Amino acid sequence: MNKSIISLQSIDKDYYVGDITVRALRAIDMEILEGEFAAIMGASGSGKSTLLNILGCLDKPTNGKYKLDNEPINELNKNQLAHIRNQKIGFIFQSYNLLSKTSALKNVELPLLYNNTVNSKERRERALKALESVNLLDRMFHMPNQLSGGQQQRVAIARSLVNNPVLILADEPTGNLDTRTSYEIMSLFQELNKQGKTIVLVTHETDIAQFTKRNIIYRDGRILKDQKIGNPKNAKVALENLPAEEGFEERN
Amino acid sequence: MKIINLIKLAIQSILRNKFRSLLTMLGIIIGVASVIAMLAIGEGSKISIEENISSMGSNLIMVFPSGERRGGVSLGSSDSKKLTISDCEKIISQCPSIKSVTPLLQTNGQIISGSSNWPTSLRGANEYYFEITNQGIAKGRSFTSEEIRRSSKVCLIGETVKENIFGENSDPIGEKIRFNKIPFEIIGILESKGQSTFGSDQDDILIVPYTTVQKRILAITSIHQIFTSAISETASEQAVKEIEETLRKAHKLTGSEENDFSIRTQEEIMSMLSSTSQVMTTLLAAIASISLLVGGIGIMNIMYVSVTERTREIGLRSAVGGREQDIMWQFLIESIFMSVTGGIIGIILGISIAFSVSHFMNWPINITVDSIFLAFFFASIIGVFFGWYPARKAAKLDPINALRHE
Ligand SMILES: Nc1ncnc2c1ncn2[C@@H]1O[C@H](COP(=O)(O)OP(=O)(O)OP(=O)(O)O)[C@@H](O)[C@H]1O
Ligand SMILES: [Mg+2]
Repeated sequence: MNKSIISLQSIDKDYYVGDITVRALRAIDMEILEGEFAAIMGASGSGKSTLLNILGCLDKPTNGKYKLDNEPINELNKNQLAHIRNQKIGFIFQSYNLLSKTSALKNVELPLLYNNTVNSKERRERALKALESVNLLDRMFHMPNQLSGGQQQRVAIARSLVNNPVLILADEPTGNLDTRTSYEIMSLFQELNKQGKTIVLVTHETDIAQFTKRNIIYRDGRILKDQKIGNPKNAKVALENLPAEEGFEERN
Repeated sequence: MKIINLIKLAIQSILRNKFRSLLTMLGIIIGVASVIAMLAIGEGSKISIEENISSMGSNLIMVFPSGERRGGVSLGSSDSKKLTISDCEKIISQCPSIKSVTPLLQTNGQIISGSSNWPTSLRGANEYYFEITNQGIAKGRSFTSEEIRRSSKVCLIGETVKENIFGENSDPIGEKIRFNKIPFEIIGILESKGQSTFGSDQDDILIVPYTTVQKRILAITSIHQIFTSAISETASEQAVKEIEETLRKAHKLTGSEENDFSIRTQEEIMSMLSSTSQVMTTLLAAIASISLLVGGIGIMNIMYVSVTERTREIGLRSAVGGREQDIMWQFLIESIFMSVTGGIIGIILGISIAFSVSHFMNWPINITVDSIFLAFFFASIIGVFFGWYPARKAAKLDPINALRHE
C-alpha cells in the first residue's frame, strides 16, 4: 500500500462569532495516500475551504490530530509550520493570489526565496522548469495583469510546484474560469498526478470532480460520501470534444 | 529569507512606489539637512567668535568699574566708584605678572574734514594700547609719551574712517580732521580688523591720547576702563589676583566689602560667548531634530498604510513559507532603507545648504564629521524605531485572515 500523505483523526473546527458557535467541521476522519487525486465536494458552507486551510497548515483545527507526510502538524510551532508550508505543500487559490506588478517568473520564484538552501541560480532554473511544465515559458516576463485568468492560474500552479511539494492543495482552482480553460487546468492536474503528485482539490462542480480519482462529499461539516472513481474521465479528451465556439479561438 | 534577498525586496518595493517613497523620505531629508546645516552654522559662528576674541590679544585683561561689564561699553553708572589713572599706575608698579597697562576712555562723535563728515567712536588710550589689544599700525606711528603728557591733538584712524573721509587709496597721514569741532592731526592708520563678533565694524574708530579725551573732549579726571596684558597667557590667573589685591587696597576696601570693580580675562569672555553660541547651536539642532522626528512619524504612517494595503501579499508570503521574522524584516528593512537613503540625501542637501549660506550670506560655517555621523545615526534609528511597529503588525497577521482580506 502507498504511504499516507494526509491522516486526519476526529478533526473539529469551531468558529466563534459573538455568541454563536459555527461548527464548520465535526469529527472528521480522513486518509489520503500518496498518488491520490481527490476532490472535496459539497454545497456552499459545508466546510470545504475550512478543511483545505487546515490541510494546508494555514489554519489550526479546534480539536483532533493531523499528520502530514508523517509530521504531527498539531504539535508544531509557527516557524515549523511555515517550513512545512514551504517544503511540503503547494497551495492554489481560487483567486490566484499572484503578486501584482511582479513578473510570472518572479511569482513562481517566491516560495524558493523562503528556502535558504536554494541559491539564486538554482532558483531561476527551477522556476523556469515549473513554468515550462505549465507551458508558460513564453509569458515569463508578463505581469499578472497582462495574463488571462487561465494563464494566471497556471502561474499559480507553477508556483505551487516549484518547491517540489508532497501535496498540492487547490481551493476551487477553476471557480473563476470558463469551461474550456477549466478543462485545460484539470488536464494539467491529471498530468501532474500521473507523474506521482498527490492532489486534493475543492470544487462544487461535478463535471470538474469527474476528472479526479476520488470524490469526498461534505455536508454540514461531516463527510457524507466518500467514493473511488474507478475510471476517471480524461480532461484532454474532454477538451478536444468540446464544441468549438464561434469566434472563440483557443487562447494560450 | 536571506538578507540579500530582503534588501532586494525592499528596493523593489520602494521603486514600485517611487513618488510615495520620495514623499516619505522627504521628512527625513529635510530633518537631516536642517540638522547638518544648523550645526554647521552654529559651529561656524562659535569658531569665528573665538577667532575674533583672540584677535583682541590673548593675554588681555580688562578692568571695569562695577556694573559695567557689557562688552566694555561705558554705562556711566554714577554710584559705582570710578577708575582713575592712579589705579593704572598702581597696577603697573605693584603687579609683577602684568606687562603693560593702558587706561581707556570711549566716546562717540562726528568727524568732519572739508565737506565730508562721518559719525564714529573715539577711544582714548596710551601708547601701550596697540600692543595690549593686538592692534597693528598699517602706516604712520603710534603716539609718543610726550604727546600723551601734553594732551596732543593727534590721532590714528581706522580703515573705515579713512575710506569714508578720504577715499580708499588715499594717504591721509599729516592731514587734519575735526572730531566734535576739535582739530586732530592724523599720525597713523590702523591695520584692518574687520567685523567684530557683535557685528560692529572694528575699523570704524579713532584713537587719540587718553589725556586729550579727559581734558579736551569729556572734561573728566576719571577713566572708563583699564586694559592690561599679562606677561604670558599662563600668568593670566595670577595677574587677575594681583590686580584685585592692588585695587582693593587702592579703593580702601576692607574684608567683607564687595569689589567696586570687575575683572575679565579674554579667556573668560571667550568661554562666555562661546557658551552662548553653544546654547544657540543646541537650540537650532533641537528644532531641526523635531523635523527629523516628524519625518520618522511620516515613515511610520506610510509603513502602516503599506502593511494594510499589502495584507493579502503578506498572507500569501506566509502561505508559501514566509516565517514571522521574514515578514518582519521585509518591512523593517524597507523602512530602514528609506530612512537611510533619506539620511544620505539629507546629508548632501544639508552640506550644500551650509555651503550656499556661507557663499551667499558670508556666514562662517564649519561642517563637522561628528554632525554628519550624528544625523546619519539618528536617521537610521528613526527607521528602526518607527518601522518596527508596522513591521511587527505585519508579522503578527494570521495568514488565513490576511489572505481573506478584501
Ligand atoms: N472566519 C470565519 N468565521 C466564522 N465562520 C466562518 C469563518 N470561515 C468559515 N465560516 C463558516 O464555516 C462554515 C464553512 O465555511 P467554508 O468556507 O469552509 O465553506 P465552503 O464549503 O468552502 O463554502 P463555499 O463553497 O461557499 O466556498 C460556514 O458556515 C461559514 O459561515
Ligand atoms: Mg470555499
